[in-house]
Amino acid sequence: MDVSQYLEMFIEESKEHLQSLNVTLLEMENTPDNKEYINQIFRVAHTLKGMAATMGFKKMTKLTHDMENVLSEIRNGEIAVSAELLDVLFQCLDALESYIDLIVNTASEGDEDNKPIIDRLDAILESKGKGSKATKDTKVVVKQVETPVIGDLKTERKHLMLPFNDYEKNAIIKSKEEGYITYGITIVIAETCVLKSARAFIIFRTFERLGQIIKSYPSVQDIEDEKFESDFSVFIISKDAEATFMKELGSISEVEEILIDEMNVEGEVKDFVNKEDIKEEINSDIQKVQDEKTKAKQQVIKPKANRTVRVDIERLDNLMNLVSELIIVKNGLETVENNNQNMNEQIEYLERITTNLHDAVMKVRMVPIERVFNRFPRLIRDLSRKLNKNMELHMSGEETELDRTVIDEIGDPLVHLIRNSGDHGLETPKERQKSNKPEMGKVYLDAYQDGNNVVIEVRDDGRGIDIQGVKKKALNKGTITKNQADAMTDKDIIDLLFRPSFSTVDKISDVSGRGVGLDVVKTKIEALGGDIEVKTELGKGSTFIIRLPLTLAIIQALMVNIADEKYAIPLNTIQNIEDVKIADIKYIQNQEVINLRGHVIPIVHLDGMLGVIKEEEDKESITVVIVNKGDKKAGFIVDGLIGQQEIVIKTLGKFLINSRLIAGATILGDGEVALILDVNSLV
Amino acid sequence: MENIQTKSNNATQFIVVKFDREQYGINIQHVQNIVRMMRITRVPNAPDDIKGVVNLRGEIVPVMSVRKKFGLDNDEYTNSTRIIIVKVEGSAIGFVVDEVLEVIEIEETHIEKIVSDSSDENSKYVYAVGKVDDELVTLLNIEALIGVDE
Repeated sequence: MDVSQYLEMFIEESKEHLQSLNVTLLEMENTPDNKEYINQIFRVAHTLKGMAATMGFKKMTKLTHDMENVLSEIRNGEIAVSAELLDVLFQCLDALESYIDLIVNTASEGDEDNKPIIDRLDAILESKGKGSKATKDTKVVVKQVETPVIGDLKTERKHLMLPFNDYEKNAIIKSKEEGYITYGITIVIAETCVLKSARAFIIFRTFERLGQIIKSYPSVQDIEDEKFESDFSVFIISKDAEATFMKELGSISEVEEILIDEMNVEGEVKDFVNKEDIKEEINSDIQKVQDEKTKAKQQVIKPKANRTVRVDIERLDNLMNLVSELIIVKNGLETVENNNQNMNEQIEYLERITTNLHDAVMKVRMVPIERVFNRFPRLIRDLSRKLNKNMELHMSGEETELDRTVIDEIGDPLVHLIRNSGDHGLETPKERQKSNKPEMGKVYLDAYQDGNNVVIEVRDDGRGIDIQGVKKKALNKGTITKNQADAMTDKDIIDLLFRPSFSTVDKISDVSGRGVGLDVVKTKIEALGGDIEVKTELGKGSTFIIRLPLTLAIIQALMVNIADEKYAIPLNTIQNIEDVKIADIKYIQNQEVINLRGHVIPIVHLDGMLGVIKEEEDKESITVVIVNKGDKKAGFIVDGLIGQQEIVIKTLGKFLINSRLIAGATILGDGEVALILDVNSLV
Repeated sequence: MENIQTKSNNATQFIVVKFDREQYGINIQHVQNIVRMMRITRVPNAPDDIKGVVNLRGEIVPVMSVRKKFGLDNDEYTNSTRIIIVKVEGSAIGFVVDEVLEVIEIEETHIEKIVSDSSDENSKYVYAVGKVDDELVTLLNIEALIGVDE
């Protein structure tokens, strides 16, 4: 039976079931005696089993089947709910989630049969809850399997074991003739690292700067998809010495170990062929073909599974209504006689409909942020266990809606911030007692809409950021000079934490409490058109405030004239518009500034920056648009204001991708193209 | 477009355009559209040969001056000036040409590939010369012009 057409439905529904499983498990942990939760979990497991069996996912079926067996015993009162049992159930949930992820990406459930979990389930079933010893034994076994693997990774020079194919061998030999050296490098990333793939990306960028990567294991694609444990190996051709690599790589944070060797391949290999090689070659070719097949499959299926959005039927009805109104207007316009009065009426009507239509279409794309927030209670639970700290999560505003594209991307940065809060922000119970705080640390996650933005706050009542400590560290590391340090405000110093070069090893986080990979978080949020700021009070806690635009496609903008060219400035960046007398422009360090109600604001000559040819003219006053970039302000000199307008953002296309200063283009009512200024790069 | 192609198996169709006194051929397969000159919005800090962007039915399309690329005089817009929109690798780009003359068909055997001369910067934008009757048409290498093969 061809079930592929049901795949989307399966994925969507499984995700919902797993979500409810997650929530129920967490609640069950708090009130283990509540039978209702057991029943609910049982039902979910049962449904999942049925669904997986229908779709032919055998391993998933097996796992849910065993879960169901255990749960049914609990329901019958044969097995008591214990912490261990909950642990196993959580593991089951994780395993199921990874099955679903695999199915989303590859349309197959993969090879992992999660034997240890099934064994534990079976052991629980056998012992029927009486001898919890049996489960403990299995636990030990599981652990034994895991630990040596980790131990091996740390010492293993994995790159020495990877085979080369002929093409790679030739490349190495050739480059050696030309004086390049080939290195095999294995990098171990800290296990605490949250965004492993992003970290790997930064490492790859460093490699690309130093030389040419000829091979990596796992493949670059897999690394990007975070399909690796904590280490990966690369082969790189470069002229630089080993020490350069060690230095460059060593400065990247969260890199735990760097193993590097010079690689040599015998020159005659390329002519010397024996059966073994042929076999290997054929095998590797087959592997390649298969890889490509799965890749092709991924490419076909992946978007398919991702693109669906569940839409409230009410919203669709609303959309339909608006479209029918649009048709009515069209008919109205066709029959309208050359009567201005009538025409204007129809146009006003049309205007109202298009505005509503825009709203309605936007709403279809909106998803409640709940989808992302839902996984955090679990995260806090796991963190709390791992770190031996008492902590609880308070969430509000889960119903706040955001564009689907933003929702998909915001999860990782939030995980990172919450982990940061739990790990570095909150103190240990002892410390908390000492400073007269309740033992239970609190992490707050609040989302709310603020004008055209959605704000997400991650707040903790922990120790806060030690600004002096960060300053000292930055000085020691040479990130800033003494003079700079003296001139810096607290805010500037906190901003240092977001710098990519400000790597934080464990020692620093003891002092500062923050900084692990915040650069990655910031980059991601800025890529979404948002920004992030931090407020902190020593001893009281810190707040990370993320601001995200509601939508990425349509914005309010101020249209301005610069000479005879028209430009759009996004309205959310504008603070106000001032008329400034030429005489009021002062010079500070060769920079033109104005003093506006006590604020010194630098002036930007847009005509010069944009290369607009303009005739010199003598004016008494100029129009200045004051814009914000975070806390920084700047005044843009414009020649005329056209007015506020709703504009649709379009890209300039790939031939003009490097246009700095310009964020995109939009089409005006008369069909003319106007460019949108990129305020970030102009301030 | 395919049924035009099948007219003759070994012939390719070209749109003949004019710059200065010379005639150039552009493979019709690349061409999406030919539009009259319209208002071009200048893009700051764009490469020299990009004149700016135009609105092609809601799509923003960059426009390149081939004259500038070839080091000829500046474009002079007349009533016969046209923008030829081509699509390469999924992205559209426009070329300003002085005049569009005709569509011609050139037999495979009448197309003579030319080896690009490294001393002449412009020669890499040309890949062959086609003979039609007694006239010669220089055939443009669109990929090289917009720099996707570099």
